[in-house]
Amino acid sequence: MDTNKKPSHARIIFAYILLIILTFLCLFFFYILVVNATRSHSQLLRGFSALPGGYFLKNFMNVANDGTFPMIRGLVNSLIVSGCSAAICTYFSALTAYGLYAYDFKLKKAAFTFIMAILVMPTQVTAMGFLRLITKMGMYDSLLPLIIPSIASPAVFYFMYSYLQSSLPLSLVEAARIDGCREFGTFNRIVLPIMKPAIAVQAIFTFVGSWNNYFVPALIIQSKDKMTVPILIATLRGADYMNQDLGKVYMMIFVAIIPIVVIYLLLSKYIIAGVTLGGVKE
Amino acid sequence: MKHKKVNYSKWGYIFILPFFVCFFIFSFIPLLDTIRYSFYEYYRSGLKEIGPTFIGLENYKSLLQSDMLKYAANTFILWIIGFIPQIVIALLLASWFVDARMKIRGKQFFKVVIYLPNLIMASAFAMLFFAIFAKTGPINGILESIGVIQKPIDFMRTTLGTRSLIGIMNFLMWFGNTTIMLMAAIMGISPDIFEASELDGCNSRQRFFRITLPLIRPILAYTLITSIIGGLQMYDVPQILTNGQGSPDRTSMTLIMFLNSHLKSRNYGMAGALSVYLFIVSAILCFIVYRMLNPKEESR
Repeated sequence: MDTNKKPSHARIIFAYILLIILTFLCLFFFYILVVNATRSHSQLLRGFSALPGGYFLKNFMNVANDGTFPMIRGLVNSLIVSGCSAAICTYFSALTAYGLYAYDFKLKKAAFTFIMAILVMPTQVTAMGFLRLITKMGMYDSLLPLIIPSIASPAVFYFMYSYLQSSLPLSLVEAARIDGCREFGTFNRIVLPIMKPAIAVQAIFTFVGSWNNYFVPALIIQSKDKMTVPILIATLRGADYMNQDLGKVYMMIFVAIIPIVVIYLLLSKYIIAGVTLGGVKE
Repeated sequence: MKHKKVNYSKWGYIFILPFFVCFFIFSFIPLLDTIRYSFYEYYRSGLKEIGPTFIGLENYKSLLQSDMLKYAANTFILWIIGFIPQIVIALLLASWFVDARMKIRGKQFFKVVIYLPNLIMASAFAMLFFAIFAKTGPINGILESIGVIQKPIDFMRTTLGTRSLIGIMNFLMWFGNTTIMLMAAIMGISPDIFEASELDGCNSRQRFFRITLPLIRPILAYTLITSIIGGLQMYDVPQILTNGQGSPDRTSMTLIMFLNSHLKSRNYGMAGALSVYLFIVSAILCFIVYRMLNPKEESR
């Protein structure tokens, strides 16, 4: 009977071994990345060493001063696109969710059903028409088409809607009205503050998604000074690898990945809690 | 009073207007445009634009005769070699983390670590793999120095090597996410059921297969479908790892990479038809997800 109550030692040991292997797999590649970003090209050619070298700053300056891969410019562009996307995506998703949650109107159910139907539609299927439209509107090779479409994000909307359902009593809206608050005022001054936790979580996810996005930006951006980080990484891959300064290659990957890792480690508690919030509700 | 209510409903429309205007302009019009040109011969050859000439279903037919089905098979293989370990490991980890009697220490630490790769830029991750699995890269160096291999392995020259690398990356990027989703699902099961099963003398294996698995089936199905949709869109990792070539011999070319190559060469007709194929498949999958999230609709 005892075996029913307590898991056997073998199972616990197996569990820890597997967890350690997985942890190793998850961290090992980043460890190599960090170590190699601190070593010079000639050191790297001599083989792998587990200890970091002293070329971190040198490699970083090489990357910063490289005209063929304007990495700093790329980081700024990525920051602009991701920051703006996160801001307008969360604001308008909250607005849409509030509009559908707090008001009664004829097309309410139809609108909700429609958004739910397109919830997981891949953006790639409309990419061709999108590319043509952007070209016709004169926005080809600019950052705007990477930002504006994030106003309509069904998944973020769904998350916000679920959050409103659980945390905004409609009586609060009524009370605001009685106190003479206008409708937009109610949203901006009462509903938005209540939604802060949901907005924070979704802002992080939208920021990261936009930061990592490669498919659409690669179709739209042409000129070097407008490239975002993923496109620069792709350019790096397309360049002649053998003739590259390897220390610089690792440093470029480093600057592309590490900002997100730092944000994640600072906010991991909220991010992990946020993963499941918008998921399936039973 | 009644008059006021009508006024309020106006605000509902105003608040949802930006979403729908934006969707209409940036998704709906492009979709119609994509569908329309899928029936046209319309491409650029050199500097000359050919078409648009209406050719009916020709693009669809020639796609079926092209390598599209092979690329669909590639996409499926690349997805499945990542997905099977992903779901198995995620199920194991989730049931261990939730099981109070296992007393796993450092749960929070493990959760933070296994979720980390999910947020990494896929293209940079692929570039990292390209660099460290290169013939002269650190992985070969380590393997050689500890004597596992005599000669460096050229991972990306073989079909198996390339596909495995893509599978490993997809697995690493997604198993943490799935674990956390499944944990939430298992924690949602009433503890009474587990207690009752214990009183009936259920061992941990029986408990897992007879109680946990059947009760989290809806979330498992949801994970499966969303993962298929994600797999269908697989692009960044194989594109960067193989520099868009799908090498060796196009065995790691995915459908979206194929679409991208048509878009880059401005073959609007073919890109349109391929998009419509993808649209039909994803519409079916979207419908299934919609049904899962709105179970009430089914009873009607």
